[in-house]
Amino acid sequence: MEVPILKQGAFLIATFQAALSDADLNQLRMGLVQQVVKFRSRAVIVDVTAMDVMDSFASRTLREIAHMIRLRGAETVIVGIQPEVAFAMVQLGLTLEGVATALDLEEGLAYLNEKFKITNRG
Amino acid sequence: MSVGEIRVEINSDQDIVIARQKGRVLASELGFSSGDATLIATAISELARNIVSYARTGEIKLKGIHGSSRIGILVVASDDGPGIIDIRQALRDGFSTSGSLGLGLPGVRRLMDEFEISSQPGKGTMVAVRKWRQ
Repeated sequence: MEVPILKQGAFLIATFQAALSDADLNQLRMGLVQQVVKFRSRAVIVDVTAMDVMDSFASRTLREIAHMIRLRGAETVIVGIQPEVAFAMVQLGLTLEGVATALDLEEGLAYLNEKFKITNRG
Repeated sequence: MSVGEIRVEINSDQDIVIARQKGRVLASELGFSSGDATLIATAISELARNIVSYARTGEIKLKGIHGSSRIGILVVASDDGPGIIDIRQALRDGFSTSGSLGLGLPGVRRLMDEFEISSQPGKGTMVAVRKWRQ
């Protein structure tokens, strides 16, 4: 299952589906970093609203994506972690330390627009 | 309400997704809240992941259980892999021999109500977990 990556001005938006396998996540990790390079993006929003399970592998992959993109000089914001998923992550002991998060796509865009102070026309 | 046993063979990372989806469906059928179904699906994902990481192949069994006054779900993960030499160490947070986060087993224990493990080096591992409906 491929994850659609949408270019929105200086930002990229990747929307996760519910049933991503490890192979899908690995592919997305490479794909996102390549697209950040290609489009010289300033930031990436990863929308995980549809994800019903965030296990250790998925959250490690998200952290790795954020760190790789930071090394490239851009920023990552994870948006849409569902309350039940957040609860399960905390029980499991998973953290996304050092990675920006926001309530939803709208808040994520607002955060980035404020941070980069740019008019981001689609 | 279906209470039959569901078996999911675990041979690849795709099967991790299948196992946790079937677990969520069964949990919902048994009347678990959506929040508890998420905890159960997450636990199944970690157990299936342990099978793929350490044993390569194995199976996950899912079953509704009916106690005297309560309903629950039983998840059994079994494999014929290398087994665990030091179970106490494997249950400590942060321990891992596969380069993963090492949160698997202690995390699963926190997600569920009951947790049993048996393992013989060279023969395999069996983890049985239960969660009761609130």
